[in-house]
Amino acid sequence: MEGRRYTLIVIVMTIAVIYLLRIFGLQVVSQYWKDRGTALTEKEVVVYPSRGVIYDRNLKVLVTSQTVYDLMVLPKDVLPFDTTSFCNITSLTVEELRNILKKAVTYPNVRYKPSAVIKQMKPEEYAPIAGELYRFKGFYAQARTLRVYPEKAGALLLGDVGEVTKSLMEKFPEYKKGDYIGLSGIEKSYENELRGQRGIKYVFRDNLGVERQVANGSLDVKAIEGTHVVSSIDIDLQKYGEKLMQNKRGCIVAIEPKTGEILALVSSPTFDPNLLLGRARGTNFLALSRDKQKPLFNRATQAQYRPGSIFKIAQSLTALQLGAITKDTRIPCNRALIGCHGSHSMDDLEMAIVHSCNPYFRGVMQRVVEGGRNPKNRFKDAQIGLGLWRTQIMKFGFGTNLSTDIPGVKKGLVPSPEYYDRAYGKESWNFSTIYSISIGEGEMLVTPIQMCNLACIVANRGYYYSPHTVKKVGLNGAPRPEFAQKNDVGVNQEYFDVVISAMEKVVGPGGTANGAKLQDIVICGKTGTVQNEPRKDHSVFVCFAPKENPKIALAVYVENCGFGGTWAAPIASLMIEQYLNDAIKNVERETHILEQNFLNQ
Amino acid sequence: MSRSRNNSAVGPIDWPIIGVWIFFVIFGWMTIYSAAYDAAHPMPFDFAKEYGKQMMWIAISVLLAILTLYIEGDFFAKFAWVIYGFFLMLLVLVLIIGKEVNGAKAWFGIGSFGIQPSEFSKIGVGLVLAKYIASIGGGQLKNMQSRMVSVAIIGMPAGLILLQPDVGSLLTFVAFVFVMYREGLSGNVLIVGFAAILFGVLSIVTGAGTADIPFWGEQSGVWMLIIVLVILALLVLVYARNFIPPRNRRKMYLIVIIGTIAASSFSYSVSYIVDNILEKHHKERIYVMLSLPVERKDADYNAEMAKITVGMGGVMGKGWLDGPMTQNNYVPEQWTDFIFSAVAEEWGFVGSLILIGAYVFLIIRLMFIADRQRSVFSRVYGYCVACIFFMHFLINIGMVIGLAPIIGIPLPFFSYGGSSLMAFTLLLFIMVRLDSERWSVLK
Repeated sequence: MEGRRYTLIVIVMTIAVIYLLRIFGLQVVSQYWKDRGTALTEKEVVVYPSRGVIYDRNLKVLVTSQTVYDLMVLPKDVLPFDTTSFCNITSLTVEELRNILKKAVTYPNVRYKPSAVIKQMKPEEYAPIAGELYRFKGFYAQARTLRVYPEKAGALLLGDVGEVTKSLMEKFPEYKKGDYIGLSGIEKSYENELRGQRGIKYVFRDNLGVERQVANGSLDVKAIEGTHVVSSIDIDLQKYGEKLMQNKRGCIVAIEPKTGEILALVSSPTFDPNLLLGRARGTNFLALSRDKQKPLFNRATQAQYRPGSIFKIAQSLTALQLGAITKDTRIPCNRALIGCHGSHSMDDLEMAIVHSCNPYFRGVMQRVVEGGRNPKNRFKDAQIGLGLWRTQIMKFGFGTNLSTDIPGVKKGLVPSPEYYDRAYGKESWNFSTIYSISIGEGEMLVTPIQMCNLACIVANRGYYYSPHTVKKVGLNGAPRPEFAQKNDVGVNQEYFDVVISAMEKVVGPGGTANGAKLQDIVICGKTGTVQNEPRKDHSVFVCFAPKENPKIALAVYVENCGFGGTWAAPIASLMIEQYLNDAIKNVERETHILEQNFLNQ
Repeated sequence: MSRSRNNSAVGPIDWPIIGVWIFFVIFGWMTIYSAAYDAAHPMPFDFAKEYGKQMMWIAISVLLAILTLYIEGDFFAKFAWVIYGFFLMLLVLVLIIGKEVNGAKAWFGIGSFGIQPSEFSKIGVGLVLAKYIASIGGGQLKNMQSRMVSVAIIGMPAGLILLQPDVGSLLTFVAFVFVMYREGLSGNVLIVGFAAILFGVLSIVTGAGTADIPFWGEQSGVWMLIIVLVILALLVLVYARNFIPPRNRRKMYLIVIIGTIAASSFSYSVSYIVDNILEKHHKERIYVMLSLPVERKDADYNAEMAKITVGMGGVMGKGWLDGPMTQNNYVPEQWTDFIFSAVAEEWGFVGSLILIGAYVFLIIRLMFIADRQRSVFSRVYGYCVACIFFMHFLINIGMVIGLAPIIGIPLPFFSYGGSSLMAFTLLLFIMVRLDSERWSVLK
């Protein structure tokens, strides 16, 4: 029996060795358990930088960030607690609380990972909870930031932010789930500047329950705050524009001609940008996207309208530059060829612009297109002529996106010879097929921002800066370099004299926009009435003011309301008054506009 | 031989054992302090926390230890049956007036404290078993009668514990099988036991799946094991005759047939018990240990957390009070059965090595002490003590590192709890006292 003591000792030793080998495997050999433990106990906390503030041109805050709180629960730390008082402070029902806690431990949620109890509480909602939270082990609050719009205007222009979607994450791998990204407007086009740089903080909870830095913070990455952005918008003008356009479909674009800075970009009907914030975002977005008046559609940059008579300005300048006419060219008002209005018969260029004489501009276009550049074949001649015309027209920015900083700008359409070849067949069209584009009808499509840009070109006598919404990146910064680049339209300066003089007369006695006249400011403008069978015509007006040293150029487009001089021109006039005088003297005119409702026409 | 300390009432004390006991108690308390640490109650004497209460249990245990050293060794032999009977009575009583904790009636509740008689009953079993074997002569557990009596001595308290039911405490009674082996029980029992464990595991693993058996269809996988077993037996029966002389064949046939039937029934029973008789959570624990798929997503939560906690330790450990898993309470009630995970995380492989080394030292030193006894009683009792510590060590540490299913038994001197600390201290110090008298007692 003596030998048996050794058997027992061998058994004990064997077990001890097996156990030590196993422990050695768990502790020293395997990295797996350490990784899992680190993942559980060390948190990689994302430090969200505060997103840049967007200011207006006078440094009024347009968009800023507000802290909201998510109430979180970590089930493994929850101790039995007084549910009634918890429900009282959070205004949840006991039933709701039970469901939330059940969900927090039901797969794929697990006991040792936090889940949200209440999302996005405003500070005033969180304040009463904050002081009581210590009584409930396992519950804590997590701060996040939301965008807020104190001025409640410029919704589409400023844009919005939202959580990145799966498809966006695939496109921009630097974004992670739960990150916010600019989805439209300035928020989208200046996303890189506004968002700043996310930081990472590694923390673990020590035995006092305090979160402490891992490795003294040497692994941490500091967050870099987002850059502030100074918009070129004059928020007072923007708000006034939105007010004037209430109950109307259409848009106003206002640009400072000397710089290309957009002063106002109104698309109507509009909405309070604060509707797309926080918990209500989903429902409100759905309601807006289903609205028949399409408030989410930015008419100023995305609507492609026929320009109508305002296009005669571009036509005049093109014809002059191409040498097809001079300012003294007279063309009879032959209404057998194309309809006209008012009484005039044999206008020169200036008066033709003032009277908006359709046969005159039909004649002008004929001279441009049928330039006799290929005398043997009038089809080929038209092809060459139209090509030359198109090149010049596109220098005004038509048919291009103008390289703005606004997302989703449409190009419009300047029909090319190839376009007509496709439509009618090669050498099967000539001037008589395409003449309606001579007065801005037919296939021509332009966006309101292009119309306003045309006004800028005239105001500047021959050049423009790409319209942009941001004046400075950073409070003391500069605009993006491309916006400091002058775009010359290639029209001799002296050709502008006749056009400007005509535009002045449009707003003068007997002019089509006489109703838009201001006592102290000389406005140069051009009305347009765009046919829109079978519904009512669109009312259009482009202008700049004052005549000497222009400070503002405008394009106003009001859908389905009638003659250009009746609605669009007074609105533009009021905008000029607001911007240049900061006060409205023509109260009657303002009241008249505000009272109109064209939404159902 | 030096007898420097024999002028006192206490004879020569085995100081290495006392030393390792002191080491365990201090290290154990430190670990409980770390595992249960609460920033709101940092004082070691705070009775609101486990470490405060444990401080009290330690004080009581020290008094019990000293008291035990002053009791004549004779007393334990004489009163073995009385002590055994007393604890047996407590085990009956606890079934009637006990407090139910986690589905087992194992505790007497006294205020906010509890006493667990099953921890103390092992002392009684050890003493009586020692006395019985001494009466028939050491190393003589060879005939059926002596074995039956021994099994009865162990079985009575074990049966009462099964009624609680407390499977963990029950399993520790397997310790006495090792003692019986030391005293003459056939080694085949150990081999059969070991084989049974292996075969049982195989049955559970195959039984967890299903098998598509020809002409019978989809059946529990354990049938596949039984079919393989029968085929093997048939092969042996057919071919073995070539190698075995005719006079032994009859015996061989009998062994193979009975063995096959026994193994098949055992295999099926194990599978049946796991599937139909064990409680769901027991089945899950066994499945988790064997890495078999479990329905409930977090059934393996404790086992996983324990392994992660051990793994976090690395070579040198995270430092006392600095183990991130321990300090953030990822292992539920870590100061009780899973306390080794806290040691492993905060003291690393070095700490684990020292701790396991200390247990091995304690167990082997106890066996060594037992073997130097002149009285059979003292020797058998010494082996009882050593084997009880070994069983607790085997099951508890094995559970924490994922080599044994989750069975709730304390790690001696480490796990929080008054009953276990006092019982283990008494168990140990009775042996120390018996050892101190080894020169004077000649029995």
